[in-house]
Amino acid sequence: MKLLIANGHLIDPAAQENTGMNILVEDGKVAAWLKASDGAPEGCEVIDAGGLLVAPGFIDMHVHLREPGHEHKESIASGCAAAVAGGWTSVCPMPNTNPVNDNAAITRYMIEQAEKTGLANVFPIGAITKSSDGSELAEMGEMKAAGAVAVSDDGRPVPSAGIMRRAMQYAADFALPVIDHCEDKSLSTGGVMHEGKMSLLLGLKGLPALGEEIDVVRDILLARDTGAHVHIAHISTAGAVEAVRRAKNEGLSVTCEVAPHHFTLTDSAVEGYDTNTKMAPPLRSEEDRQAILAGLSDGTIDAIATDHAPHHADEKSLEYDRAPFGITGLETAVGLAFTELVHKGVIDLVRLVELCSTNPARILSLAGRGTLAPGSVADITILDPDRVWTFNLNDSRSKSKNSPFDGREFRGRAVTTIVNGRVVFNVN
Amino acid sequence: MTTEKPYRRRDLLGIRELAASDIIGILDTAENFREISNREVKKVPALRGKTVINLFFENSTRTRTSFEIAAKRLSADAVNISISSSSVSKGETLLDTALNLDAMAPDCIVVRHSSAGVPHRLAEVSKAAIVNAGDGANEHPTQALLDAMTIREHKGQIDGLSVAIVGDIVHSRVARSNIHLLTKLGANVRVAGPRTLVPKDFSFLIRDQEIESGKKPLEVCDHVEDAIRDADVVMILRIQRERQDAAFFPSLSEYSIHYGLTNERLNLAKKDAIVLHPGPMNRGIEIASDVADSSRSLILDQVKYGVAVRMAVLYLATGGSPASG
Repeated sequence: MKLLIANGHLIDPAAQENTGMNILVEDGKVAAWLKASDGAPEGCEVIDAGGLLVAPGFIDMHVHLREPGHEHKESIASGCAAAVAGGWTSVCPMPNTNPVNDNAAITRYMIEQAEKTGLANVFPIGAITKSSDGSELAEMGEMKAAGAVAVSDDGRPVPSAGIMRRAMQYAADFALPVIDHCEDKSLSTGGVMHEGKMSLLLGLKGLPALGEEIDVVRDILLARDTGAHVHIAHISTAGAVEAVRRAKNEGLSVTCEVAPHHFTLTDSAVEGYDTNTKMAPPLRSEEDRQAILAGLSDGTIDAIATDHAPHHADEKSLEYDRAPFGITGLETAVGLAFTELVHKGVIDLVRLVELCSTNPARILSLAGRGTLAPGSVADITILDPDRVWTFNLNDSRSKSKNSPFDGREFRGRAVTTIVNGRVVFNVN
Repeated sequence: MTTEKPYRRRDLLGIRELAASDIIGILDTAENFREISNREVKKVPALRGKTVINLFFENSTRTRTSFEIAAKRLSADAVNISISSSSVSKGETLLDTALNLDAMAPDCIVVRHSSAGVPHRLAEVSKAAIVNAGDGANEHPTQALLDAMTIREHKGQIDGLSVAIVGDIVHSRVARSNIHLLTKLGANVRVAGPRTLVPKDFSFLIRDQEIESGKKPLEVCDHVEDAIRDADVVMILRIQRERQDAAFFPSLSEYSIHYGLTNERLNLAKKDAIVLHPGPMNRGIEIASDVADSSRSLILDQVKYGVAVRMAVLYLATGGSPASG
């Protein structure tokens, strides 16, 4: 089957292309780039992308799909449906399932479930330690052979520097990036929001920026020592951004991602005690948010990743300090990136594509993805930078509705999502 | 989620949300209710036919009894619900609890909970007026109001006074409500205690107010003595023994030596300084027994004014108009 994406504007930073170009897709691959004057080849379905942006498929390198074990919150099928509706062609689920994805069987199960669903690609992230309990190394080599693209203990970060050092040495043998949720839990026990003026005002226990920064600095020192690739998950503080900037200047193999809520909101949103403002790391201060915008603009931050963390409404309707951490994000991320970053002049469209596709593919070594060069996989996100739309939680494909962005108006969204050459989402 | 209120209703969620004029309105209304407690027949019909639910998720004898007596002296039907552990243990969410109670059409729900923000969430879904009787470390507005009434009674006014607050500031809802109230009414507040319980940046609490007024109404002192020196009012906070495993200071005896209110420390304050404590006291720890029993200690006055303040709060919450002047 042939598919021609015609009249669109192609932005493919990996191929250094930023121009009007038609893209011919055949058998799930990009077959060729054609000029508009070439016309449509015979027997070819045509998608008119006039006035739209055509980008290599967006890759969300940090999600929670909750399957196996927490299917009342989300399943691989519902999570993938939300992903493609948000413009993501690939997602990387964290291993905090039940059981934990700390072995090849679970990794394979996740990939098979995603293949059955046939929407987004799923590239699992395996655990660093068995059961993510921070003591014994998980079978990283076997998980990689089964399809895992990185390792992380995400919400249960490895507390011991000694074990983390060994994990990095070992992961480097398999060229697996080590992704760390940086939080020294001894500094954040009982904390539920950013420690600062707002936490003092609201009488809620704080998660200090210090707790994140101490771990970021530790990981950078370990990256220097081991030569491993360390990727800092959902960076949220000014000090952490500055530490990564210095590590990059030094030439270390350190990358980082940011979640859309951290470049959009601050701790002032916690006023009113809405549990949909509770996540880890927490919404930080305006000073931190400004540092994140600077990091997005100057290249310190490599990727936008949602940290999509669905929780059932019954769990989120608890008291603020008892409700679980996390919000959904797959369907709002691209809208937020356009509205808060592109249209406010923080980044340009090329940088947007780097943050959402080129860089995640490079960090995770996803061969044939993150580019639309002929021969690559036909994962394609078609975007309308100026489309004005409103996010309505009731229309969400996710099983969970824990988002602080219900009713928010955005300018810019993904209108068509193509995975392995098949159109899997088309906005009305 | 917002709910249409069937009648004019005012929640009391905290002092932070109130203007100085609101606070004075409540205090003046409380003054009017004071003498009812001295009557032979301690009852007026102001809230006849109204239902007040005291919903206590946290143990309390004093505050719950005070609210109950206040409701009954106004002729309201008062119902007490004590849920010793959290609703979570029964599998019922906070929202369920609120909606179930609301279905019984109370006019006012007085709520105490160990989690900050619970009254605020109830106020969003409940048709009844919500009165905060203490939420986590956030606020305890009626405590601050009864403290203010006590101070007004003995000092005439609050404007211009120096008030020292000593103890576990960071975990204290009493401290937060008092700081908001006292600074809004023009007092200068100085807080002190172990640095682990009194963060240096605590003055951020009212930074916006500072910027507005150009003054510095809240100071964080390095030593208890600095806070108490020349104070008009010394407010001592209760040390929560149950927090001891969190180890914010090494031992109760060390606390009493370095931070407790002794006569020697109290002598640094003004000659006519008064001593307040929200109770229950740990004698010999945060306050020496001879200080607690001295004539400068107004701890029982606080309890007495608590009833009048809560009568005023219930009256205003269910639609009454504040006293003027």
